[in-house]
Amino acid sequence: MNVYLPGSLSELWSRQEECGMAQFFAGGTDLFVKLRASAQYPRALIGLEAVRELRSIEEREGAIFVGAGASHTRLLSHPLIQAHFPLLAKALRVLGSPPVRNMGTIGGNICTASPAGDALPPLYALGAEVELRRRDRSRRLPIHEFILGPGKTALAENELLYGVWLKKDDSPALFHFEKVGPRKALAIAIASFAALINSTDAGIVKKARFAWGSVGPVVVTSREAEESLVGFPLTRESLQRIVPIVDKIVSPIDDVRASASYRRALAGNLVLRLAEYGPREMGGKGEGLTRT
Amino acid sequence: MKIRFTLNGEAREMETDERRRVIDLLREDLTMTGTKEGCGTGECGACTILVNSESRLACLMVAPQLDGAEVMTIEGLARNGELHPLQKAFIEYGAIQCGFCTPGMVMASLDLLTRNPSPTEAEIREGISGNLCRCTGYQKIVEAVSAAASARKLGGRP
Ligand SMILES: Cc1cc2nc3c(=O)[nH]c(=O)nc-3n(C[C@H](O)[C@H](O)[C@H](O)COP(=O)(O)OP(=O)(O)OC[C@H]3O[C@@H](n4cnc5c(N)ncnc54)[C@H](O)[C@@H]3O)c2cc1C
Ligand code: FES
Ligand code: FES
Repeated sequence: MNVYLPGSLSELWSRQEECGMAQFFAGGTDLFVKLRASAQYPRALIGLEAVRELRSIEEREGAIFVGAGASHTRLLSHPLIQAHFPLLAKALRVLGSPPVRNMGTIGGNICTASPAGDALPPLYALGAEVELRRRDRSRRLPIHEFILGPGKTALAENELLYGVWLKKDDSPALFHFEKVGPRKALAIAIASFAALINSTDAGIVKKARFAWGSVGPVVVTSREAEESLVGFPLTRESLQRIVPIVDKIVSPIDDVRASASYRRALAGNLVLRLAEYGPREMGGKGEGLTRT
Repeated sequence: MKIRFTLNGEAREMETDERRRVIDLLREDLTMTGTKEGCGTGECGACTILVNSESRLACLMVAPQLDGAEVMTIEGLARNGELHPLQKAFIEYGAIQCGFCTPGMVMASLDLLTRNPSPTEAEIREGISGNLCRCTGYQKIVEAVSAAASARKLGGRP
């Protein structure tokens, strides 16, 4: 196995051509663990960490571009992410541990395509698009078309995940992320839930975006669940309407971490948590209209 | 391949296999056995080192990733035979029993204190959340880090 760390994209493409079958790695926090477990090493590894362009986080074409090689730590501390995508930041804060966040990248989290990947529910809720590149071509896909199943993506041969595009939305929205795991740090999610909600001044929901992690082969979303909340306040009663829908759309598995039925119950119950942001008199903290 | 880096402030140049894991390069090739290997899969933090002032796991890195980098291991903390304030605090507060997790704990704490000189208890716990200790327990470690942070405010070294 040869290991290369190209310093630029053009060098990266040349290396790739030279090696034929090479695998990319960014932080290596998924790949090196996997290679060690399987003891099957690819002919060549191409590391992305020295390619500056892949680490950039910036405003471009009225949207925010996040390079695939940006580490979780960098995203967490970046003012553009804090200002526009606090939902994403909230999820990354509970990913792994400090060194895992220093090494691991958003691109690696996406390409690993684990149903439990912590960046994924927020990226689905935010309607993220991924940009894929080959030497001669660039294309963009919505994230839900990119992730096909556990460990399966739409990456073509020799294609690189170049970055993620996030649309800015300046209307104030409530955001929520919760991950249930066996312990706080280093815990893979048993189930997770991301939500973005826009409401009227009176606290009536105008628009909702939901995404559940770890309760299906890919992140689960549901237009029906989102629309069933429109026109209602964030109360336990109105949120209850979503629970039977959630029950229909999830397809969790049993594994060492939890049973399928526990995951199914969790996925529904996590939604009820949103009542805490609802009207004060209904048991919420009355924070439904502000970014917290 | 040939790699050049600084290790604990000293310039190094060495010939190494590019597949060599950094933990093996440090422990076996350079006989710097302060850095420990527990799990080998990123979960225990025993192998924590600083690369360009950021904590990283030496068990999940390969040699070429050190090329051009500034690397700090537990061996780089004491100066002129005097222990670093964090090391002293660990001893003073009984934050070491078998000592296996200690180098990683100290490096993770150093990373935290460099970024956040006055951490709250919750921030300290979060800062060392990637490091497992099987015998001391975390309370004494948290107290040691907290004491080192306060001492630093009084003018000690980071
Ligand atoms: C101890 C530990 C705890 C963890 N905890 C969590 C957790 O709580 N939540 C969570 O979501 N994850 C967790 N992870 C998993 C991992 O840290 C994340 O998924 C991380 O974001 C992966 O990023 P990376 O850069 O290290 O990926 P790498 O390991 O470098 O790559 C992962 C995969 O993606 C491919 N790849 C990477 N970048 C690209 C690219 N730009 N283009 C094409 N292919 C690419 C690689 O070939 C590889 O197949 C944990 C890992 C460890 C070791
Ligand atoms: S040995 Fe590296 S994290 Fe356990
Ligand atoms: S002191 Fe023994 S593992 Fe921490």
